[in-house]
Amino acid sequence: MEMPKPDPDVLALKPVLVKKLQEVLPQDAVIHEEAETRAYECDALTAYRCPPLAAVLPRNTEEVAAVLKICHDMNVPVVPRGAGTSLAGGSLPTADSVILGVARMNDVLETDYDNRFIRVQTGRTNLSVSGAVEEEDFFYAPDPSSQLACAISGNIAMNSGGAHCLKYGVTTNNLLGVTMVLMDGTVVEIGGAHLDSGGLDLLGVICGSEGQLGVVTEATLRILRKPEGARPVLMGFDSNEVAGQCVSDIIKAGVLPVAIEFMDRPCIRATEAFAGAGYPDCEALLIVEVEGSDGEITEQLDKILAIARSHNPVELRESTSADESARIWLGRKSAFGAMGQINDYMCLDGTIPVNQLPYVLRRIGEMSQEYGLGVGNVFHAGDGNMHPLILFNANKPGDLEKCEAFGADILKLCVEVGGCLTGEHGVGIEKRDLMVDQFEPQDMEAQMAVKDVFDPKWLLNPAKVFPLATSETRRIAAE
Amino acid sequence: MRPETEAELAEIIKGAAAPLSIRGGNTRGMAPEGDVLETGGLSGVELYEPGALTLVVKAGTPVAEVEALLATEGQRLPFEPMDHRALLGTTGVPTMGGVVAANISGPRRVQAGACRDYLLGVRFVDGNGVALKNGGRVMKNVTGYDLVKLMAGSYGTLGVLTEVSFKVLPQPEAAACVLIEGLSDDVAVQAMSAALGSPFDVTGAAHAPVGVDGAPVTMIRVEGFEGSVAYRAEQLKSLLGGFGDLSVETAPERLAAGWKWIRDVEAFAGQEGDVWRISVKPSDGPKVAAALDAKAVVYDWGGGLVWVLMPAGRDIRSALSDMGGHASLVRASSETKARVAMLQPEPAPVAALSKGIRQKYDPRGILNAGLMG
Repeated sequence: MEMPKPDPDVLALKPVLVKKLQEVLPQDAVIHEEAETRAYECDALTAYRCPPLAAVLPRNTEEVAAVLKICHDMNVPVVPRGAGTSLAGGSLPTADSVILGVARMNDVLETDYDNRFIRVQTGRTNLSVSGAVEEEDFFYAPDPSSQLACAISGNIAMNSGGAHCLKYGVTTNNLLGVTMVLMDGTVVEIGGAHLDSGGLDLLGVICGSEGQLGVVTEATLRILRKPEGARPVLMGFDSNEVAGQCVSDIIKAGVLPVAIEFMDRPCIRATEAFAGAGYPDCEALLIVEVEGSDGEITEQLDKILAIARSHNPVELRESTSADESARIWLGRKSAFGAMGQINDYMCLDGTIPVNQLPYVLRRIGEMSQEYGLGVGNVFHAGDGNMHPLILFNANKPGDLEKCEAFGADILKLCVEVGGCLTGEHGVGIEKRDLMVDQFEPQDMEAQMAVKDVFDPKWLLNPAKVFPLATSETRRIAAE
Repeated sequence: MRPETEAELAEIIKGAAAPLSIRGGNTRGMAPEGDVLETGGLSGVELYEPGALTLVVKAGTPVAEVEALLATEGQRLPFEPMDHRALLGTTGVPTMGGVVAANISGPRRVQAGACRDYLLGVRFVDGNGVALKNGGRVMKNVTGYDLVKLMAGSYGTLGVLTEVSFKVLPQPEAAACVLIEGLSDDVAVQAMSAALGSPFDVTGAAHAPVGVDGAPVTMIRVEGFEGSVAYRAEQLKSLLGGFGDLSVETAPERLAAGWKWIRDVEAFAGQEGDVWRISVKPSDGPKVAAALDAKAVVYDWGGGLVWVLMPAGRDIRSALSDMGGHASLVRASSETKARVAMLQPEPAPVAALSKGIRQKYDPRGILNAGLMG
């Protein structure tokens, strides 16, 4: 992965920079020794590493503003970092950058059940937001798989989704407002406890901008009352086509499950060997979950089961207890771990129109043969967000490159059938160079124009989202 | 001017020597100065896949045409867009592009989300005459910056929409509305908060201090499968029993008429005065009404959306300055409109960002100039 050459002028500034940062932050909040900056050299895309010039861990908006102002005035790039769980390399440093970590900013600032929102510092983890409102039976809906570890700041940067977004939407649909610090240190308040914007929907474009427009320090999030209960049903089919048709029929019937998860045969076999959830050995497996009171769940499941039966499933498993429900989810929840036990894997998240599912799965199977790399598919079928897991051996020379080429081909296929490169992980550095397959130059130009306004010097989260060649003129002009 | 294709539209904008006044159906009372540019020629359904809940239409397509098409498959636009014609006394045909440009949503917004939440993709021509696209037709898409949200509610000031893609949803099998009579504004908002904070998936919560029959009425809606609707209506009745006299309405025509009355603010139609639309934190709703010497008030979104009918010519914003949120002037004389901004002025650093974006997309300032400040 090509990254811009570190600016020698900036590297030379390190002693001055560190001193200035120490003047505005507590002593232990400025990390600059080489042995220690190494802890920030990568995120969850571990194939790429680069220690930053320094890392800072501010405690509040004022400290973030002070740090950004210093970096802005000295022309030092800044890479914002939440919990470092990005699968796309969204917080990969450059050697001449300062990592701005929000990990120490994890307070709940306000909880308002009457108005159904919570305001938090953005270093707080996704799951602990729900945890903060659990005693009143409320929850925060977006639930990325990394929710135990990932921070709200990163969720906002990537517009994270999760298994339950078919019903509840993704981060952008549950984000009401932010406090954000611009690169020059200006603090702006966008949105709040009310709904919708009175002017341009800046919140909408900030969410998902991968930390390139500003550092979001506080967020107002919509919280919802928990449903009375939830129950999954498992169904196995002989072919991906039939399973795909079943998904489409369920949606058309007016049932809106909270989740429709899909696993293909390679993935089923891997998870069975790993977790022993008792899944049938079949071509395609669906887990459909619905919510409500007991009666409401039964009403919905009756409709879903009738549709499933009309497609001659090889297995149809209902749950009658919490234990059985957990067993149905067990294999799905351990799918990534199961694949990881077989080999190293790369996880993609392109989205496709749901009716293209059978075709795309068939093509992925063919490409798997051509590349000689195994692949398992597990994904959110209701919204077409795929998660092909490509297996490779990181210790075998050339395997990573082969895997990346295979991955790129899958993502190009997603775009070709009317979908997109990434549904919930973000572009980061991982898919940066594929942007040209989805967007015309003028479409990227329109996006970069937004960054020009928020961060005229192009210092925030360098080298992400846009291909280096595409952003080159701007980066050079800014220097 | 009435282009029939995106390319024609691009030529018109490129060659424009004077400001353009972009017009969908001309039903929402926005007619900035300039040469009229109609989008009605860009009309028609491009793609509708009921099994994928996906709809792609050209921007000038009438809302009614879309709703009729969706109804044939038992589906609908989930965000319940308001029809402004009765309130504003306009007569045109509302278009999908107009709905998007003004991010128009109705009572269901409080549960289902706004127009912007269902908008999957846009094509538009910016102020330089360049045709652009963002988003697409799939439900989950975080590829690049989300200009789709930026375009929703940009009132044509960043570009002229040519194509809009939506996620649609199934029309529910049944609906019911719990009605509470005689509540004061404060107590009504408490009742609506209790309902919206319940697990019963309320899809509408509105309060009219002066209902159709002249008395205060609070309306709590649930939708879904028949058994579920009956169950939740019962549960809400017992949850809200302490608030006053309750009844449950289930007749589809009466429900549709009642919620259309709220959605379209029919209470203010034909009444003299300025109409303001104020979005606040729900518990601030009654404070808004108390701070103003309003002629009439209607609350939606559990109290978070306050419609007020004001004596003509007043700027109410200073009276609301200690609350968050924003106030838009929806109906007023042209004399008032010339004096009072349609949209809430933004704090300086935010206004600078908005202005910066408008300048990038429309450097000549020819698209609906002045509409957003």
